[in-house]
Amino acid sequence: MNKHINLEKRRQAIYGWLLLSPAAVLLSLFAFYPSFATFVSSLFSKKTRRKPSEFIELENYADLFADPTFWLVVKNNLFYAAITIPVSIAIALAMALWANSKIPARGFVRTAYFTPTVLPMIAAANLWLFFYTPGLGVLDQIGSLFGLPSVNWLGQPETALWAVIIVTIWKEAGFFMIFYLAALQTIPEDLKEAADIEGCSRWTYTRRIVLPLLMPTTLFIMVNAMINSVKLIDHLFILTKGGPSDASKLILYYIWEMAFAFFDAPHAAAMTILVLAVLCVVAAIQFFYLDRRTHYQ
Amino acid sequence: MNTVLRYIEPAGAILLAVIWISPLMFAFWAAFHSTSDAVNFNLFSAWTLDNFRTAWDGAPWLRYFLNTFLLVTVVLIGQFILTTLAGFAFAKLDFPGKNFVFILVLMQLFILPEVLIVENYAMVSRLGLFDSILGVGMPYMASAFGIFLMRQSFKSVPIELHEAARIEGCGLLGILWRVYVPLAKPTYLAYALVSVSTHWNNFLWPLIVTNSPETRPLTVGLSIFGAPENGVDISVISAATMMSVAPLLLAFLLFQRQFVQAFLRAGIK
Repeated sequence: MNKHINLEKRRQAIYGWLLLSPAAVLLSLFAFYPSFATFVSSLFSKKTRRKPSEFIELENYADLFADPTFWLVVKNNLFYAAITIPVSIAIALAMALWANSKIPARGFVRTAYFTPTVLPMIAAANLWLFFYTPGLGVLDQIGSLFGLPSVNWLGQPETALWAVIIVTIWKEAGFFMIFYLAALQTIPEDLKEAADIEGCSRWTYTRRIVLPLLMPTTLFIMVNAMINSVKLIDHLFILTKGGPSDASKLILYYIWEMAFAFFDAPHAAAMTILVLAVLCVVAAIQFFYLDRRTHYQ
Repeated sequence: MNTVLRYIEPAGAILLAVIWISPLMFAFWAAFHSTSDAVNFNLFSAWTLDNFRTAWDGAPWLRYFLNTFLLVTVVLIGQFILTTLAGFAFAKLDFPGKNFVFILVLMQLFILPEVLIVENYAMVSRLGLFDSILGVGMPYMASAFGIFLMRQSFKSVPIELHEAARIEGCGLLGILWRVYVPLAKPTYLAYALVSVSTHWNNFLWPLIVTNSPETRPLTVGLSIFGAPENGVDISVISAATMMSVAPLLLAFLLFQRQFVQAFLRAGIK
């Protein structure tokens, strides 16, 4: 009998590892090994024709910290995150509350909110180009109705990052709305009835009952939004290319530029490691939050 | 006061919806009008298909469509096979080291493939897959997210079904194929919708790995077509944009409910 159990255990182990192996190989090739290799290459100097690559400890990081463009890009990205995260969450919440209430044309409203989610970022950027183009664009045409001068939204440092931020918010708010919508539908009807009997206004009901119940969803969306504030940079390629004078450049775009336009892999690697470190912090927040949520239930 | 409020909220909701859809509407309208009509907002000007003709002749779109289609298919097939096998192992088998490996897989959720572009590019070149559709798709096949999703789905299958199939003389892979996979159909559908729309829209990685019209997906083709250096005008760009988003957009409008459900199922773990 004992022998039989042992045999079954062995069989499960063999099968388990066999079934895992294809995924394990690909994960190692395209996630774990590259992370490790990125770390290693961030510690070596750039290979040139005259000089082979050599071990230079943290010099690449020191270079980055001494590079004003790097700090500008970090500042841009922090600003990008600081605006897109709260604004898109707030809009998503409003959208969900509206799309969940009894309003006319609800089907159209929901579709309109969600549609940007299925468009590629590149296409979204093309659509918005039509709004931003100086002189001919929709924004300028509306402005000229009120006698405002033409503005080169994408061409001046003060507005370029804002233009990029607006496209991001437009793209992700509808996506986040879906999660709120799902959460709203799990709130039991009797809470609303109880609030009505107590004579609560709709505002009080929303603020004291709905919003606290949506808290776990908000945290989940926030983690997603944080990841997006690193990831969503495709529209830069169409709208601004990081310009003018780096005013709208974000970190992932800078990594791409460093590696594939300036061919400076070691500095790109150092920057990648820094971004991975930040993502680890986000991961830690997520695990912490998951812990918390299990306490709720 | 209350009656005013009752009208303000729907008005706000509809106003926001109109604002949200307007970029798409403007581009749609511009795509069917001549450039001068489009930029001057001649609302009653004649409709035309010229922009589509110009756009279509300006780039090998058919090839791009085919490439995107192949890419999406290759990624999806790879993901289905790999995540099914791994998800099943994590859900139903017991073996030493399982939990440790599972944590490693979860870590990949945060190591975004987008961030590792430099080393992944080196890896793809090393494997001889540079400028190939397989090279674009491969880093996404062992999706940690998919593995997680399949594991959840397989875990909810009652063990009695598993036992019954075994008594009938089914092998482990037979049980997976005949019992678990059919029961997880909704999960597969949800995952497929999310995966297809993600990879249809993906840009940065394909931009790096492809180098010729024979492999370039739509998004990369569109970005090259619309580059300011090419001096293409706004109506033609709108037409090209409409063309490349049309398949996914139509699919979305037709199967809206399923799409929304899919994104929900995929997001809420």
